Amino acid sequence: MDEMKQVVLEYVRREYLEEDDDREVEVDTPLISGGIVDSFSMVSLKRFLEKKYGIQIPDADASPEAFDTVESIVVLVQRFGGK
Amino acid sequence: MSYSNTTRRHFACELESVREAGLFKEERYIHAPQGAEIEVEYPKGATPKRVINMCANNYLGLSSHPEVVQAAHAGLDHRGYGMSSVRFICGTQDIHRELEQRLTEFLGTEDTLLFPSCMDANAGVFEAILGEQDVMIADRLVHASIVDGMRLCKAMNDTYKHSDMGHLEEKLQEHQDKRFRVIVTDGVFSMDGDVAKMDEIVALAEKYDAMTFLDDSHASGFMGKTGRGTHEHCGVFGKIDIITTTLGKGLGGASGGCVSGRRELVEMCRQRARPYLFSNTVAPVIVSGALKVMDLLFSSTERRDKLEWNTEYWRKGLIETGLDIKNGDSPIVPVMLYNAKLAQDFAKDLFAEGVYAVGFFFPVVPKGQARIRTQLSAAHDKAHLDVALAAFRKVGEKHGILGLGKKDLVAKFGL
Repeated sequence: MDEMKQVVLEYVRREYLEEDDDREVEVDTPLISGGIVDSFSMVSLKRFLEKKYGIQIPDADASPEAFDTVESIVVLVQRFGGK
Repeated sequence: MSYSNTTRRHFACELESVREAGLFKEERYIHAPQGAEIEVEYPKGATPKRVINMCANNYLGLSSHPEVVQAAHAGLDHRGYGMSSVRFICGTQDIHRELEQRLTEFLGTEDTLLFPSCMDANAGVFEAILGEQDVMIADRLVHASIVDGMRLCKAMNDTYKHSDMGHLEEKLQEHQDKRFRVIVTDGVFSMDGDVAKMDEIVALAEKYDAMTFLDDSHASGFMGKTGRGTHEHCGVFGKIDIITTTLGKGLGGASGGCVSGRRELVEMCRQRARPYLFSNTVAPVIVSGALKVMDLLFSSTERRDKLEWNTEYWRKGLIETGLDIKNGDSPIVPVMLYNAKLAQDFAKDLFAEGVYAVGFFFPVVPKGQARIRTQLSAAHDKAHLDVALAAFRKVGEKHGILGLGKKDLVAKFGL
């Protein structure tokens, strides 16, 4: 689980933070409600998780709440069989 | 009656929560034509106050230009008030096609189709031309209407970091398995006023076999030496596959928009774009006014030259005043305050000093990026700008922010 957290955290930092970004992202940082990831850009994260962990996350489950922190994302991935 | 008290209470609570979040939008009534100076009733019920307008999209000052107004009058007399039809039944007049041809020439494309607005153009264009096998790769700061248009389309969507060409290239590589790739960007970004790197975007599009989509609503009429837009500004005029733009900003300020670009793509919109198919035609009076705008812009660059001068003068003046602005070449000049309450207070104080400008904060801009967005117009004279600069100085002094950069502003007011 810790390894998965690291992988997701690394992706989020690389994909969503700008070069000169002074915001810090940790596993419990609110991503969507915190304005770091918007719902429009969230699709690339969903696609990354599906590809990386060989799972399908139904759109209905890919809610802004479920994607709001790295911790909640990891819970979601595991719920759909990601290891 | 099905609108029960419970239903009413539900919506009243929703509205209250919008208000509590500080996101409630109120209109301010203007008792004058659009221009450099307007009379604004604020707060509601107050005697209208004459203020310098620093927040209109009236970039070329054509919204109330006498020749445009006169042409609109003539259009009303000769082609009537409305067409009572969509375009393809009995809503296309000779002047609609004439305007489309003039826009095609102006924008350097192959064909053009008018829409009721650019919002409608963006809502319809993607769905009309793309399918499930395709991907749209958009800059993360594109306008909300593009986001909506992309959501209505079955093609995959993806985004790249704002103006980050390395990230865009990664995405283009990732999506080489798709049938069509479309790079989607605004020309001038409406909140930051910065300009898309269209030359680099076109080069990447050529390298990775992608089409280019440019929403030039905040650029048409004035960016580039002859005002054709961001593609002229960046030296890639004639190389953009799809341009959408509005007649509601620089190009007259009334309403209406268009999709302009490759002949087949425009024809696909004529056949399939739902906002075009199911909306009334653009009113003849607006088409007539817009044709006059085209005449004015083809015959002289005087207005965009004045706007360019005003922009440089304003940017220089704000910097000398000690305000923190976003750098760029466009007439959208954000004064950065970072803190939302400060932005609101600053706008109120400016109004008291006779300057109308609006504060923007989350969720319109990212958290901690609150600002006053100022917009220049060719209708402004130097005297307007000097008065407005003096007001910014006075209000800046009041809040003790002159000479402070981001770090100091954040330290003093928080995010």
